[in-house]
Amino acid sequence: MNEGRKEVLQIVFVLIGLVFLIKLFFIQIVEESYKNMAGVNAIRKEIQYPIRGIIKDRNGKLIVYNNPEFDLMVILHEVKHFDSTRFCAVFDKSQHELRQLFKNFYTEIRNRKANQFQPFPFLRQLSTYDLAKIQDNIDEFPGFFIQDRTTRAYASKAVANAIGYVSEVSKKQLERDKTGIYRQGDYIGQSGLEAYYEEYLRGKRGVKYLMRNKDGVIKGSYEDGKYDTLSIPGQDLVSTIDLTLQEYGAFLLNGKAGSIIAIEPATGEILAMVSGPSYDPNLLTGKNYSENFVMISNDSLKPLFNRPLMAQYRPGSIFKIAQAMVALQEGVITPETRIKCDRSIIDCHGPHSNEDLRGAITNSCNPYFHNVLRRMLNKGKANNPFDDTRIGLAEWDKHIMSFGFGKRLGIDLPNEKRGLVPSPEYYDRAYGGRPWKFSNIYSIAIGEGENMVVPLQMANFAATVANKGFYFTPHLIKSVGSTGMPLPQYLEKHYTTIDSANFRIARDAMQRVVEAGTAQYRAKLKDIVVCGKTGTVQNEPNPDHSVFIAFAPKENPKIAISVYVEYSGQGGRAAASIASLMIEKYLLGGTQRPNIEEYVLKGKFLQ
Amino acid sequence: MRRDEIISQKIDWVTVLIYGLMVFWGWLNIYSATYDETQSIFDLSLNSGRQMMFIIASVVLILAILIIDMRFYETFAYFIYGGILFLLLLVPFIGKEVGGNRAWLGFGSFGVQPSEFAKFATALVVAKYIGTIGFRMDNLRNQIVLFAMIGAPILLILLQKDYGTAMVFMVFLLVFYREGMSPFLLLVGLGMAVIFILTLLVENNWILFGAIGIAWAIAIYFNRRKKIKRLIIITAGALVLAFTITSVEFIFNNLLEEHHQKRVMVLINPELDQLGAGYHVYQSKVAIGSGGFFGKGFLKGTQTKLKFVPEQYTDFIFCTIGEEHGWIGSLLMIVLFMGLLLRVVFLAERQKNRFARVYGYSVACILFFHFATNIAMTIGLFPVIGIPLPFFSYGGSSLLSFTVLLFILLKLDAHRMHVLQRL
Repeated sequence: MNEGRKEVLQIVFVLIGLVFLIKLFFIQIVEESYKNMAGVNAIRKEIQYPIRGIIKDRNGKLIVYNNPEFDLMVILHEVKHFDSTRFCAVFDKSQHELRQLFKNFYTEIRNRKANQFQPFPFLRQLSTYDLAKIQDNIDEFPGFFIQDRTTRAYASKAVANAIGYVSEVSKKQLERDKTGIYRQGDYIGQSGLEAYYEEYLRGKRGVKYLMRNKDGVIKGSYEDGKYDTLSIPGQDLVSTIDLTLQEYGAFLLNGKAGSIIAIEPATGEILAMVSGPSYDPNLLTGKNYSENFVMISNDSLKPLFNRPLMAQYRPGSIFKIAQAMVALQEGVITPETRIKCDRSIIDCHGPHSNEDLRGAITNSCNPYFHNVLRRMLNKGKANNPFDDTRIGLAEWDKHIMSFGFGKRLGIDLPNEKRGLVPSPEYYDRAYGGRPWKFSNIYSIAIGEGENMVVPLQMANFAATVANKGFYFTPHLIKSVGSTGMPLPQYLEKHYTTIDSANFRIARDAMQRVVEAGTAQYRAKLKDIVVCGKTGTVQNEPNPDHSVFIAFAPKENPKIAISVYVEYSGQGGRAAASIASLMIEKYLLGGTQRPNIEEYVLKGKFLQ
Repeated sequence: MRRDEIISQKIDWVTVLIYGLMVFWGWLNIYSATYDETQSIFDLSLNSGRQMMFIIASVVLILAILIIDMRFYETFAYFIYGGILFLLLLVPFIGKEVGGNRAWLGFGSFGVQPSEFAKFATALVVAKYIGTIGFRMDNLRNQIVLFAMIGAPILLILLQKDYGTAMVFMVFLLVFYREGMSPFLLLVGLGMAVIFILTLLVENNWILFGAIGIAWAIAIYFNRRKKIKRLIIITAGALVLAFTITSVEFIFNNLLEEHHQKRVMVLINPELDQLGAGYHVYQSKVAIGSGGFFGKGFLKGTQTKLKFVPEQYTDFIFCTIGEEHGWIGSLLMIVLFMGLLLRVVFLAERQKNRFARVYGYSVACILFFHFATNIAMTIGLFPVIGIPLPFFSYGGSSLLSFTVLLFILLKLDAHRMHVLQRL
């Protein structure tokens, strides 16, 4: 009896075992989703945001530093038993605000900008006060955690345009980013030094893998931190800016549109670079970045427009200095060459009639330089005046461009404009193939016409004259990280095509401009020999722009400067005053002429 | 006593070896499921440390079982059974509540679950009764007595709301089948379970009624030349199944508690409630699934260690094996269990008296039921019920009761030749 029943039981036992093995084979080997889920479940990848490098001025004063910032992040997938009343109490929100926050979150999810498995910033930039309150209670809200990072803070408002600003990397930037360094939510320098030195400042993100239990409570590092990477702080920068001088420049330029650039001629280090009108850079950090950015960029005064590098003007009379030196180099005149002030083709100003080169620069004689340019462009190297002018213009261009005009100097800032030095090809295009000759283009002789420069180029020009023929590319950072050195391109000397002997006349003439010429009333200093040149950029029908370049002292110059004040009339007034005040401030520590300072501060020329 | 009675020469070392491997591996897994990096496996504040104490207690108990005269178990079967039933009766009144179930009797800081020990007591008493001279499985009176024997502990354990443990006693039907009970009852039981699930799955009950009708017609056709009694039984079975369909809704909604309903529904549709009733099974599958082929390695599991899997060191201990040792580890564990079950069947079959054989089959079937339901629930093939994995799960009552269960058989087996001499 009961034959085979033993076997039935044995078969049942083994059969069940086989069923389990097959089912396990599917769960453990075939199905991938369990493995993925396990990662999401147990290991939290915590991003360690690096500290961005700070920027100090040349005397060690802080310009840009970092403030701690705390965001409340949420991983929707892990939110459970959410008690909204309790949440509102802990986070000091009303039910309505909370609903709004969730609404925003769900919108982001719908727009595929967020998903329920990734951390999403639920509340941005909590204050340290909020943080203290929240930290004790955060464990009550599974799925929520605090992410700390740092945000930018600016010690001085005066450097806003040069420093630029930082914001979260945009969707477009992420798409363009080929390096794969950036992730959504990362900060990136958007303009100014923050953008130019981004690769040095940003540092490197670290990752920490933390193990959590089912309630999301961190239970220590995963595998003893074997896979963790430390965040590497960004490199600190030392700026060439003298913050005191910079702030003084901003103070003087307050209420005006224009720029001040001061350069140390021996090194090309920019001592001050002021753009007016400007903005408070602290508006572009922190919680209200987007609203403030919209407000600032819609401002009719264009505070984000960095005039020193982006505003292009006609060079005006200052160009005559360059003109003189090129003519001397080409040998078409000597310092003693006198030319009659024939005002039939081109008008002039002031009482003079037959000046030599020094007198022509001091009095800014237009007919003199009209004649000089004709001598340079029409040397009779070709049979017809058209080809002759073309050959002459090409040679002239070469000289002018060796001063850094008509090209980007290569300052360590983005968005530098190149200005314009018209080439023969430029005129071919402008005249649409019709022939052109000297009489068509002579207004470039006095810095009008097609010539365009940016204020930076003018400051660099002043430095070049101060150096008697060479310049270092102007730059704002003198030390990157621990190197103590600027980027290598800023250690390279650039020589002009002009012999240094030919600078003597220009320097003497510029000294006379300040001592007895157009700038004598407002730029002359008692103890310091200042060399300068005024310029007035015609701006019909609006008031002229006032321009002044200078360097001082004449021997062994310490500072070269260019000042542009828009709509403020002749160069001898607002611009010369500001430039001389800046020189005084830098060399003497303050002005001895309160009346000039008062004159500058009174002037309001905003259109 | 004669010299050849030295127990070490007669005990079945194959079973002892498998038992040792399981207990040792289980102990490692308990450590892995609960350890805290800084603590050692022997740390008594950890479950692994306490399990070690239970293992030592088991060894002491094994020695006691082997020393006690083999006739004790058969002789005192009713006495033991009665004592355990008495304890079970006491539990609802003086027991302490652990995890929502009042299943523990406390002695100081230690507690025992009488329901765990009810298994071997029932195995003894069933074996004793079936082993009685003149017992006939086809005798209705004998059958009633047998069903009462397994019914009593079921009822008492149901009072504790420990549905899982209560279900274990159903496995004695397999033992009865081996000893001559008609398979018909088993088939009807199996059919009822299948119909129950199908009714929940299939919207239209008439399809099921139709299927039962067709099955009944076929069964009647093949048995048409048999006795009228068999035809009546077949018809009764079909009616029971049909009745099951109509009563499913009632049973489901009225007899099952809400969390049981959910556990059943989750089994049918795992996506249903991953954070609620489906959480156990979902997390358990994630843990096992994340192990892959070779597993994450000893102590490297993240899911179990971080308590994603609830009760990861007791009922869900298999998750640790699945996660840390992968499919290979699961294979090894299943092979160990198959080996043990087949060995126990082998031992049962070589017994010379019926008491020992029935007891052997009881051991095999109880172990089988635990193994099958435990693994099935961790991998989502069965609703979650509180059933430990023998020798692996943490717990003193569980380990000691399974040890007693198994080693009584080994003791009987060691002396199987004496039985003849005694008769």
